[in-house]
Amino acid sequence: MSWLTDPLGYDFVLRALAEVVVMGATCGAIGAYVIVRRLAFIGDAISHAVFPGIVLAYLAGLSIFGGALVAGLITAFGIAVVARGGRIREDAAIGIFFAAAFALGIVLISTRQTFQGDLTGFLIGNLQGVSAGDIAISAAVGLAIIVVLAAVHKELVLVSFDRTLASALGYPVFALDALLLVILTVTIVVSIQAVGIILVLAMLVTPAATARLLVDRFVPMMALGSFLGAAVGTAGYYLSFHLGTASGGTIVLLATAVFLVTFVASPTHGLLGHRLRRHPQHAGTSPTVDPPTGHQHG
Amino acid sequence: MSGMSATQAAGLALEGVSAGYGAGIVLEDVDLAIPPGTLVGVIGPNGSGKSTLLKSILGLAPLTTGTVLLDGRPVSEQRDRLAYVPQREAVDWSFPVSAEQVVMMGRYPRVGWLRIPGSSDAAAVRDALERVAMADLGSSQIGALSGGQQQRVFLARALVQEASVLLLDEPMTGVDQTTEQLIIGLLKELRDGGTTILHATHDLESAAEISDQLCFVNRRVVAYGPPAETFTPSILHATFGGELLIVQAGDHSHVHGGGHHGPSAQ
Repeated sequence: MSWLTDPLGYDFVLRALAEVVVMGATCGAIGAYVIVRRLAFIGDAISHAVFPGIVLAYLAGLSIFGGALVAGLITAFGIAVVARGGRIREDAAIGIFFAAAFALGIVLISTRQTFQGDLTGFLIGNLQGVSAGDIAISAAVGLAIIVVLAAVHKELVLVSFDRTLASALGYPVFALDALLLVILTVTIVVSIQAVGIILVLAMLVTPAATARLLVDRFVPMMALGSFLGAAVGTAGYYLSFHLGTASGGTIVLLATAVFLVTFVASPTHGLLGHRLRRHPQHAGTSPTVDPPTGHQHG
Repeated sequence: MSGMSATQAAGLALEGVSAGYGAGIVLEDVDLAIPPGTLVGVIGPNGSGKSTLLKSILGLAPLTTGTVLLDGRPVSEQRDRLAYVPQREAVDWSFPVSAEQVVMMGRYPRVGWLRIPGSSDAAAVRDALERVAMADLGSSQIGALSGGQQQRVFLARALVQEASVLLLDEPMTGVDQTTEQLIIGLLKELRDGGTTILHATHDLESAAEISDQLCFVNRRVVAYGPPAETFTPSILHATFGGELLIVQAGDHSHVHGGGHHGPSAQ
């Protein structure tokens, strides 16, 4: 078992593991909304658009987190406002904003040869360089996100499932959408340290999509997505430690492998499950496995 | 109650309502006064503004002119008194929720922000599922249900709202015979209990059979009145123009308003 315990002798490993667990759990939970609201593309856009914010903050000597957050929020709301007008479809609006923002980051970075090395960490993640302060920020943000998601849970689910009813009942649909985008942006910004701009999308989508293949309720999907995010984060980091590979990439590949296995083998929604269910007389009825429902609001 | 003007009477009233999206007005100058306990069939060709009429009452289609009143007060101040059963196509059936969770959503305005539903809400959900004969399937994911069962779930969601006005957009489309009979029975029951019901439909004969009043819509209200007075060739022609399809089959003539011809039941 020394392969399991030996790495724990290093402080930087402990910090990396703490960071990756917090990041994986947060991304996995918000990922449930990314899946059911089809926000994957917008999540990708926000994560890329964060880049020029990071570069500018770096140039100005300001907080990297702050720069990333501001750039992410501007992009999220730019997309929402342009798409809301209705003259440009949302996917086109996203394409315009995110490519432009990323291009701005690249142009800015090309003006100074010196910081290319430092900024590479933001593109592909830098778990080895996580500080105790980074972990504290990630944990505080993760906790705040869970609290907010719990507080407005039924309203967020209602607006996600049935916007028409939500607005007919007088719920502030646009404000709830905006809240979701803010939470998504904050999650992305604190996750970039661990997996980088390019790969954060995978942590938002893959664990949650895997969870969806295993459960048919929203809260179990969030909980399982959260667990899977933390689990593949931890296991992926161990793998990268022993193989000497890039941690962000290794974590994402492991998450993808888990997804593919689930996609084939899930008892309810997997390919094999579908084969088996073709034959019985029950075709068309509910999936046989229900998650334990102790209360009404899963 | 003397001294009230006609518009302050009990029930649902639309006064000079025009509605539409963007530049195009879909519905023009609608005046309707519907007393409580009335079952209204809304009929008209595709794109005639049937859905827009329902949505203008719900506050979902922006009104360009006019007001919608419920018991003399603007509906915008009492939205929780309206219930809505959406068109089937408008629902994401892959969403990870169970039938009973969907029904519970109808209770959210009563539950309120930052609170979780209580035992009375759970009881209302169970009761509503029983009324639509879905008590056994409450824990099923909604996508796993048949079209008729799905429609019953949404009807149950409207029931738990205990609303004064119930609006249904094509409730019989894509449902089986059993469900259709069950829905009709429930609508009549609710109507007898004092609920005002508007249902948009393509099935003119069924609408004429079950409704107290028919509302013929084509950009404006062409006619409004009891089926015996309004279900006439001239009004049908004025509403549907060339789109009307009459199929003679023995003694029975089947009349369909544009669009959904043929059985779509599952």
